[in-house]
Amino acid sequence: MELWYTENHTEEARFSIKIDKQLVSLQSDFQRIDIFESGEFGRILTLDGYLMVTEKDEFIYHDMITHVPMAVNPSIRKVLVIGAGDGGTVRELLRYPAIEHIDMVEIDEEVVRVCKEFLPRTACGLTDPKVHLYFEDGLRYVRGKEGEYDLIIVDSTDPFGPGEGLFTKEFYGNCYRALKEDGILVNQHESMYYSSYAASMRRAHKRIQDTFPIAKVYQAHIPTYPSGHWLFGFASKKYDPIKDLKAEDWNKLGLKTRYYNTELHLGSFAIPNYVKEQLEEEV
Amino acid sequence: MNLLLQQKAPIFEALKRHKGNRVVPFDVPGHKGGRGNKELTEFLGENCMKVDVNSMKPLDNLCHPTSVIREAEQIAADAFGAEAAFFIVNGTTAAVQGMIMSVCKTGDKVIMPRNVHRSAINALVVCGAVPVYVNPGVNKELGIPLGMSLEEVKKAILENPEAKAILVNNPTYYGICSDLRGIVSFAHEHNVKVLVDEAHGTHFYFGENMPVSAMAAGADMAAVSMHKTGGSLTQSSFLLCGEGINPQHVRQVLNLTQTTSGSYLLLVSLDVARKNLSLNGKEIFAKTVEYAEYARQEINKLGGYYAFGNELIDYDCIFDFDPTKLSVHTRNVGLAGIEVYDLLRDEYGIQIEFGDISNFLAIISAGDRAMEIERLIASLSEIKRLYGKNDKSGMFDHEYINPEVVIAPQQAFYSDKKSLLIKKSVGQICGEFVMCYPPGIPILAPGERITEDIVNYILYAKEKGCLLTGTEDMAVNNINIVERV
Repeated sequence: MELWYTENHTEEARFSIKIDKQLVSLQSDFQRIDIFESGEFGRILTLDGYLMVTEKDEFIYHDMITHVPMAVNPSIRKVLVIGAGDGGTVRELLRYPAIEHIDMVEIDEEVVRVCKEFLPRTACGLTDPKVHLYFEDGLRYVRGKEGEYDLIIVDSTDPFGPGEGLFTKEFYGNCYRALKEDGILVNQHESMYYSSYAASMRRAHKRIQDTFPIAKVYQAHIPTYPSGHWLFGFASKKYDPIKDLKAEDWNKLGLKTRYYNTELHLGSFAIPNYVKEQLEEEV
Repeated sequence: MNLLLQQKAPIFEALKRHKGNRVVPFDVPGHKGGRGNKELTEFLGENCMKVDVNSMKPLDNLCHPTSVIREAEQIAADAFGAEAAFFIVNGTTAAVQGMIMSVCKTGDKVIMPRNVHRSAINALVVCGAVPVYVNPGVNKELGIPLGMSLEEVKKAILENPEAKAILVNNPTYYGICSDLRGIVSFAHEHNVKVLVDEAHGTHFYFGENMPVSAMAAGADMAAVSMHKTGGSLTQSSFLLCGEGINPQHVRQVLNLTQTTSGSYLLLVSLDVARKNLSLNGKEIFAKTVEYAEYARQEINKLGGYYAFGNELIDYDCIFDFDPTKLSVHTRNVGLAGIEVYDLLRDEYGIQIEFGDISNFLAIISAGDRAMEIERLIASLSEIKRLYGKNDKSGMFDHEYINPEVVIAPQQAFYSDKKSLLIKKSVGQICGEFVMCYPPGIPILAPGERITEDIVNYILYAKEKGCLLTGTEDMAVNNINIVERV
């Protein structure tokens, strides 16, 4: 018997992983949640059939979504994480002693429940006393906040589905208001390689640029995401991610990371021409 | 309502049978099930094209229904608690005109509030009836016309004992209802027919805890825009009749102007939408109200905006309020409703129903999702942060202008006219309509005196970006005035 998980990266390109067995399959109020066990990638979380996290390469994503802003402002104390039900982002943030308080807003409580049970490697930090969980719409949560956070991380699903509201101009504006004067917003920014997402990502980038004085894009290589070339957005009211990098301070912390380092930090903002050109195109 | 009966959908079933029979078409429409227009078929879908058919024996005929359309109309009448129901495919405009022309002829008086839809005054131009306007109360703070108070209605009926009918909005675009039961009972005592424009009131028949519907209140006729909140296709509508009306006469009146090629797409959409609301309407509209109440609460928390609701009810000009309407007053944010309307569309990709000088209206329905409601609220908070002004000076503060009717609409419309610059037209008699669309409530109707207030209002609305319509001059710089009657 052969069991394969397949995600259509486009209508005409597929990505498959051989599955040993299925551990979870359920329908929450928001989406279908599945967890598989595989030989090559370990455990895999998918939402509505889209691959979110694998145990083998999640470190890349979670390194890049957390350490980049933390190396620009190592004195970040209060963080808002939106989405991120698998817990990997929070796990990385908890490695910084300076961080005192993390609010995490995930729309789907079932995702958190399932990850705590089946993905303990990423979900291990979710029970930490510094972490405060809210199960509601991120857009709704952030609307009520003003000047409260040093960092907001938007670790969302794709722009089509329950995460749709997290790619809108109103959301970025609400985040701007929720951040302190030197606040940073980091978001997962999909990929520009396949055209189906390129247009919506170009729009998202434009909206962030309209909202924040500093808005850059950086990249990482994530083998299990469509095209493998993944982008993140870095937006800030004050800090430039390259000029204001506190490499020495960050290295003094002595955090051991498997993907991120401060040289890679600088390199990750050097993006390919085809991405640059697309981001500069008129929307 | 007979729930067993309501599970049927005769037109729907007949169309499915027809499609299954694979009849060879040597009749119109010439696209022949879509084969003759491939690009359109690809866009709309084959199913849609295959049932875009002409009247034929197994599918009945809208002008003279004897089989499936007749049965579907009887089931619809049962659903709405009416004596008779007509499927309308020329828009609710046709239903409103059908009501007025069924009970009035040239020279007859019709009592109506001035904030009627243009379709009602259009009917007067066509049939020659004369309007007697009742001043709808105005909420000064919100700048919106309200319902008619029962006292004003009684006064109008007593002063015009020869009036044939009274037209009532149930509700207004903003969701405000008059005391319909009170109006029906007084009007019937004085032999005045009650016609109800329920363009925005479909859900009153199917939801729970809603304002009273026209048929339940004992009104004589009602025009119900099934397509607005009932889920049928745009332009489809129901005309309902109560006890005191001869439906065969109404059919003849409708046939004067309604198409003889009634679209089966529109007819089947009415049939299926009626079935859906009869069977699932309670849940559908409970969900709608829940969304609307949530949005009202959250928008009011933002500050500045005022999403009004049933706290306005005063049992007079605001006898009841439609809880599904999300009307929001914007002046205290320093923005005109139309400005918020434009910002929502241009900056946030959100299309709402309309914006006027001081308010906007968002239509909430069971088709919405919590996420979209959140987006609307979040966008409003951003608009306030980025565009809000504390300075309200220079903002117009009233909406309703009491008209002086100099001559009947028909007379004015057909008189010799002359085109003048709007700002130079003060004092003249207007020969055409001027309105913002939506909501389509005339600022000026044919036969009314043009005053300085009205001219200022038109110019202000234009400056703020309202879509002005009605005049012969497409740019709405000039207005036709009555030169000689």
